[in-house]
Formats: sequence, C-alpha cells, structure tokens
Amino acid sequence: MSQFAAVPKITSLADLFAVAYQIESDAVERYNVLADQMETHNNPELVAVFRDLARAEGIHRDEILRLAGNIDVIAHAQRMAKWKRGESPEESDLSSAHYLMTPWHALQLALPGEERALAFFTSIVESATDPEIKRMAVEFMEEETEHVNLVHRLLKKYPPPSESWSQEFDPPVSQE
Amino acid sequence: MSTIEMRLAYKPADYKSDIKPIWCPGCGDYHVLMSFTRAFAELGLPPEQIVVVSGIGCSSRIPAYTNCYGFHGVHGRSLGIGAGLKVTRPDLTVVVASGDGDGYSIGGNHFLHACRRNVDMTYVVMDNHIYGMTKGQPSPTTEPEFDTALSPGGTGLRPFHPLVIALASGANFIARCFSGEPNETASVLVEAIRHPGFSFVEILSPCVTFRPDEKDWKNLVHQAPVVATNDPAKAARRIMTDDGFNLGILYRGNRKPYQPETGQAIVDLSELEKEFEL
Repeated sequence: MSQFAAVPKITSLADLFAVAYQIESDAVERYNVLADQMETHNNPELVAVFRDLARAEGIHRDEILRLAGNIDVIAHAQRMAKWKRGESPEESDLSSAHYLMTPWHALQLALPGEERALAFFTSIVESATDPEIKRMAVEFMEEETEHVNLVHRLLKKYPPPSESWSQEFDPPVSQE
Repeated sequence: MSTIEMRLAYKPADYKSDIKPIWCPGCGDYHVLMSFTRAFAELGLPPEQIVVVSGIGCSSRIPAYTNCYGFHGVHGRSLGIGAGLKVTRPDLTVVVASGDGDGYSIGGNHFLHACRRNVDMTYVVMDNHIYGMTKGQPSPTTEPEFDTALSPGGTGLRPFHPLVIALASGANFIARCFSGEPNETASVLVEAIRHPGFSFVEILSPCVTFRPDEKDWKNLVHQAPVVATNDPAKAARRIMTDDGFNLGILYRGNRKPYQPETGQAIVDLSELEKEFEL
C-alpha cells in the first residue's frame, strides 16, 4: 500500500487546491499550537521560531487561495480534504515537543513534515495524467523543495544542543 | 466544474477558546482537544448546543479550552453532572471528559451506573495509566510492575479493564482511540455522539512527563481487524483477548437510552428565583 493510500483522491484542479490548502492550514495550526505551548512554558526563543514557521506556512496557504481564483477552496477542502489515516503530511509531531527544546529541536521537528509534504506533491506530479493538475503540482512541489532547503539552511545556523539540554533543575517527580 | 459550494457551518477553530492549555508540551491531551474540535465541526453543532463536563485532573481541564458550555466539576463526579444535565436538557449534546484516575478510581462507581443508566451522552476518558496532575501516582490502569519511588516494585495490582467493565455494565457504544491519531479519533467521536445512549470512548493519551515510556504507544497501536459488533458476547471476547492497543469502534449496542419525562423547563429567571425564596 502506498504511504499516501489514505489521502483524499485528487481528480481535479479544485481537489488539488483544496488538499494543498488543507495541508498548509493544518501546518499553520500545528505550529501555532507549539508556539502557544512554548509561550505557556516560558521559552520565548521557541515562540519566535514556531510563530515564524506558522507565518511562512500561512503565506503559502494564502498564495494557494490566490492561485485558485474563483474556486471556493475552503468549502471544497471542508468536504474532501480529509485524511482517513494519520494526519495531513505537513503536521509536525506534537508528541516530540519538550518545554526545554531548542531551535535545533524545533527545526528537527519541522523537517519531517516538510519532507512529507514534498513527497506528497512529488507523488502527485508522478501520477497525474491531467496536464493542469501536473503543472500546479509541480509548482507546489517546488515550493515544498524550497521549504525543505530553508529548514536545512536554518539547521546550519542552529547547531545541535549539548547533551544536557533537557536537564531539569526542578524535576517533576518531587514526591520521593 | 462548479466552484460554488456550501461551506460547512463551523470550523474546528470555532470550538476553541482563547485560553491556552497548560498541559506539558508533548502531552497527548493536545491531540484530544484537536479531535474534539474536529468532531464538533464535522457534526455541525453550534458551540452553545454542546456542553463539555469534566472532573479533576489534567484531562479535565479540557472544558476551558473549548468554546462550548463547560462545567469543571468535582473529582470523579463528572458523569453525575453530565447525566443530570442531559436528562433535564435533552436538546443539548453532552460530552463528559475524564482521566483514568478521575474516571476509574474516584469516579469508578459513577462509571458503572452511568453505563447501566444509558443516558444519551458521550464519555471520553483520556487514559495515560498514571495520575499526572498530582505527580505520578499509580492509577487503576497502571501496570502492576510499574516501578516508581511512589510505588516501589510496582503495585502488584491487576489493572482495571475499563472497556470490559463498560460492556458488562451496559454501555451502548464502546471504542478505543489513540490521541496521536486525531483524525481517526475525531471520526470515532462523531459516531459516538451520534449513537443513542451512553457512548464510552477510551483514548490512550500518553503522559510524557511521568510516563515517557508511553511515547512508544504510537508504535504499538493498531486498527481493530474486525468491524464493530452489536453482539455483547462477541464484543466481550474481542475486548478481553486483545492487547490493549486495538483501536476502533468495538461495540455498538441497541439499548434504548434512559430519558425520563421532564417537567416544563423554567426559562423565566424570576420564576426560578421564587423557588429558592426563603
């Protein structure tokens, strides 16, 4: 079974816009949830990183709406852009979050999502027979390629943290 | 193709409040909140027609994070509050949220009788096999050998089996979900809310702070290989013999929900005040 077997079926340009819109919307939501978590747990550096990532995905989401012209992408996405199994490709794994995480961790968390989105649009490019769907999927694939490259560039800027990054001076198990 | 379509009445974001959750980063309950809002949007219910009732514990914070009516109740007593509300206001959709400590220990007796009573509401238990809010004591679903400073050598006690108990006590819909799969959990919640009678949904929701080993649950869960049955005997056999990580709707019963005749609702506040006049 393909890794994308449980994804919505794309049979028209409207479907492609709807799915792409939903992927970006889910990514925005997820990054904002992570930013909120870091705000609550007083990690301002990470708040900025996750808000920046949310902003970047939001720009892409809005660009999809613009490209779609008079297609009501939001309504169409509500109806058909649903993942029966798992989540949409670009959603980052919330279970990997930690209140002491560093920008390096945030980027490590973002990278698999960007790579899954790239693989998803690549699979559409490879399988689409409609030239319009293929053309637009190529555009989305290129956009995701740029996102993956951006995360790799940022990872060079933020080196891995020391091994003691998660050391807690006030650990949670206090009843000993 | 036609580009004019009706938008659904509500988006998941319409059910989220402005209050930011204070759960630990990595907690499964964030995903459960997403599943709630996605399910409510799918059902198209106005937020003011939904009531989320809870008890005490990390999971029981959830009403504050939704934009629906909410009641953050007393420890273990959320089902009584939910049932009372549903019986008097059957027009509302009542979802009761709890955790394994609140729901199976302090509220264990309420759980049995809520299943028996079969009021038309949905009971969601976020099970992390630990008391998280009070810093890691063993709960009724903690494994007997789970060794901590608070339970040296483990409790040695047989874990509570909530799904079997729900079935034996008369719950009309039984499902198990995993928080890390919010879309599937949302789909199950939609079915649970639509199903008449008492629906019980256990959501395995890892506690990353006191049970970091539960991060591995995402590798252990799997979809139930069979469709839901309405035969309690078959359901009992399946639930008793599964590995605890079998996901999906496991039982759909057809018992008639409990709904007594209620008197005329008092909507005039002054009339209500008269009832309490000394």
